[in-house]
Amino acid sequence: MEQFKHIWRTFRHRPMGMLGGLMLFSVVFVAIFAPWLAPYDPKERIDVEPGDLLAPPDSEHLLGRDDAGKDVLSQLIYGARVSLTVGFVASLMSMFIGTSVGLVAGYFGGRIGNALMRLVDFLLVIPDLPLMLVFITMWGRGLWKIILVIGLLGWTSTARLVRSQVLSIKERQFILRARAIGAGGLRIIARHIFPQVLPLILADAVLSISGAIIAESSLSFLGLGDPMLVSWGMMLNFAFERAISRRAWWFLLPPGFAIVWVSVGLIMMGNTLEEIVNPRLKTHHLFDPRHMVALIAGVRPEGQAEGGVE
Amino acid sequence: MQRSDYLIRKVFFALATLVVVIVFNFFLFRILPGDPIKAIVRSPRLTREAKERLRVDFGLDKPVFLDAEQLREGDVVGAFDSQFTAYVRALLRGNLGISFRSRRDVSEVLAERVWRTVVLVAGAETLALVFGMALGLVAAWRRGTRLEMTILLCALFSWGLPNFFLGIILLILARGHLPVGGMVIPGLKPEAGWTYWADVGKHLILPTITMTIVYTSSYVLIMRSSVVEVLSEDYILTAKAKGLNTFQILRDHALKNAMLPMVTMVALNLGYTVGGAIQVETVFSRPGIGRLMYDAVMKRDYPVLQGTFLLLAVSVIAANLLADIVYSVLDPRVKAE
Amino acid sequence: MAILEVRNLSVNYLTDNGTALHAVEGVGFSLEQGSSLGLVGESGCGKTTAMLGVLRLLPAEGRIVSGEVWYEGMDLLRLSERGMGEYRWTKMAIVFQGAMNALNPVRRVGDQIAEAIMLHGVATGKKAASKRVGELLEMVGMTAEMAGRYPHQYSGGMRQRAMIAMALACSPDILIADEPTTALDVMIQAQILDLLQHLQKELELSVILVTHDLGVVAEICDDVLVMYGGKTAEYAGVDVIYNDPLHPYTQRLMQAFPDIDNPTSSLASIPGYPPPLDALPAGCRFEPRCHCKSGICAVESPPLVAVKPGHYVACHEVKG
Repeated sequence: MEQFKHIWRTFRHRPMGMLGGLMLFSVVFVAIFAPWLAPYDPKERIDVEPGDLLAPPDSEHLLGRDDAGKDVLSQLIYGARVSLTVGFVASLMSMFIGTSVGLVAGYFGGRIGNALMRLVDFLLVIPDLPLMLVFITMWGRGLWKIILVIGLLGWTSTARLVRSQVLSIKERQFILRARAIGAGGLRIIARHIFPQVLPLILADAVLSISGAIIAESSLSFLGLGDPMLVSWGMMLNFAFERAISRRAWWFLLPPGFAIVWVSVGLIMMGNTLEEIVNPRLKTHHLFDPRHMVALIAGVRPEGQAEGGVE
Repeated sequence: MQRSDYLIRKVFFALATLVVVIVFNFFLFRILPGDPIKAIVRSPRLTREAKERLRVDFGLDKPVFLDAEQLREGDVVGAFDSQFTAYVRALLRGNLGISFRSRRDVSEVLAERVWRTVVLVAGAETLALVFGMALGLVAAWRRGTRLEMTILLCALFSWGLPNFFLGIILLILARGHLPVGGMVIPGLKPEAGWTYWADVGKHLILPTITMTIVYTSSYVLIMRSSVVEVLSEDYILTAKAKGLNTFQILRDHALKNAMLPMVTMVALNLGYTVGGAIQVETVFSRPGIGRLMYDAVMKRDYPVLQGTFLLLAVSVIAANLLADIVYSVLDPRVKAE
Repeated sequence: MAILEVRNLSVNYLTDNGTALHAVEGVGFSLEQGSSLGLVGESGCGKTTAMLGVLRLLPAEGRIVSGEVWYEGMDLLRLSERGMGEYRWTKMAIVFQGAMNALNPVRRVGDQIAEAIMLHGVATGKKAASKRVGELLEMVGMTAEMAGRYPHQYSGGMRQRAMIAMALACSPDILIADEPTTALDVMIQAQILDLLQHLQKELELSVILVTHDLGVVAEICDDVLVMYGGKTAEYAGVDVIYNDPLHPYTQRLMQAFPDIDNPTSSLASIPGYPPPLDALPAGCRFEPRCHCKSGICAVESPPLVAVKPGHYVACHEVKG
């Protein structure tokens, strides 16, 4: 608990992270309050006239209308729900699988560990998107199928990360002491190792959500999204096929920008969290050496820049 | 002596993965609902000869994997006379089935299109590596400056851009200035010599830029953290003490060490690169492997889907093996694990 | 004749929030030609920092805020960076602590030594450089063919020798060895010390040996400078330090050191810890742990005075 407070305290002072958080929060807000924010209900059947199709923005439809005459803004708002749902749930799945595999492989090692890591290597080598395409094509479309497919393929990097962390924690004193007392493997993992690994997992999870959202949008763009739902990727699929020749930018661009908005927000958050949890050195050996000899005032070394103490 | 241990291990793993992929590929298309192979037999699009050929080549009247009855009778060889063995045998002969849509041999279609994708992917990866390493190096060297921050922000931003959307944006922007669809102006043939190749090149510009931007981002980030770590090592201080200047240190000491994680990264990224190729070829209507897969998905052309997937998986496995070899050459510390 | 004279050297480290940590304050010594000086103290007392300061190889946060480093009539701290480059490695070289990482793991050892040789024009052309590399390796007790190997193919002791060879590549006058024997086992330690002594005689080197190991100092040093909390505690000839230590810290150090003539006497340890650099005591830095302090010790920092000719002590309780 204490370490999370510390993380939050440090995070507060990082503008990039905070900005990312704000961007994410705005999308979450929109997703939750969609029914109140959206001017129209995308599921509602409406009567359209030919002139309504791909109509440019006006006072009643702030982002114009799509190729079926529906309001683009409302779809955009509701689309947030799909993206975030897929993002969070699929990522949760990946995190769970990856962490479990990483913990077991790292702590127990031996044959189980090796076998698990071979599995990881195997999955890493299989190209993701083609496999997802194949699965969805065979299995059929649907929200849960997409979530499953993304979740089941996305855990490998987490597993590697967790495993290497566990390997380095395993040999530390407090673990050896716990084992000496006779604590069992699972108990040690749960009580001693997992809390140490948790901050790292947190940073990884945030980045994983952005990956899941992008994966879902790619699948939807390629026509494999859930036909019952409105997702940003699917909007882009329709827009690309039908709007591009008609220069209907109001339909084509907003969904894409929305995807970029939420994933860049998550990436900035995740990157900041990662730097807090796993800080990297701020300086290295190649720097301007002129400041090194900052001698007492009045005695200025010749040929040197103003060498005051910062 | 130690290096060959490492390589043998890697080759073995690659082959094992290959075997698993083949088996996996086979079962994938038999087990999932809507048994597509049976669908072949019922498909009205194929001629009778084609169907007969498929039936024979792929043993569609035989059991899927194992004939339990024959096994009980003691006929081991007969027991394995199944669809699976037929599949493997066909595979070894280069026979990947017949496309539902075009009625051509899948392997023929793949062979025709593969180079178009390879050119795109190889070009984009190379550019991405060069830019990524250069920008990452500069960002790490100038740690703590605004330049580093700018590079970092650009990299993080482009990391969040989906491949296909960036393609759409560039397509909109470049409309009228650069060709945005297809591989070459229809009608233009290779016999036209330079005109042909120049046009092919022009059509490559936008797709390549799209993929390059997206892939550069991850390389910049990796290179940056790799170089920062390297530049903090003791041997850099030794180099400084010896009297080497910044440029010499970067070139002779930092670069090689920092590049090692990059090689691994390229290999890991290849799975994503392939996915990117699918998206970009779709957006820019390029007739490559990626586009082929997309069309196959849309048209439920299962043989093509299966064949393309196998090809892509094999390519990534091979490329990973290549990366492992390159790594073992670059790093003198490589030992058998 | 003093070949190197350091006066009043002070080094600060700047922290993220802008405060300055006084890592080294007012350290000075005189290195006689052909002699060896032992720089002794606990980990963190500033001895490595002081040496990095002399060579101007501090990390990015380091600032030399006062001092003079006199060599061949030049104050090296007044030189430009380029000017300093003429002296570094060619006149004064350093063997870093922990040769494990001080050599680039993906380059051959011979190449790394040759780099120094060719950079400073000691030999021109690859062939001449290789020859010199071979000579250097043999000088430190290895064979010339070891040049073609990588650092991970060397043992710990061999890496240390290679570092020494590299430091001697340009025939410097002064060699600074920072903890050359730490992390080596005792047998190898003895070999390295023998090597250093031998080289010192052969090449007429002047050596500064930084260490926390008093045994090492006793063996090969002529003078000893004891540092505590960034400042000089005591500075005298080696015999004086061992037989007549006057600073309480030095005395305790001696008591903590097993005496072969008195094997049954119990070892003393000094209670407490060295002062953290961000919370230095106002008065004498050793005062919290000192066994013979008086009122003034906590208030005022004792100056370094020559209580006898050539014997300097910084302690209120010790009068000249």
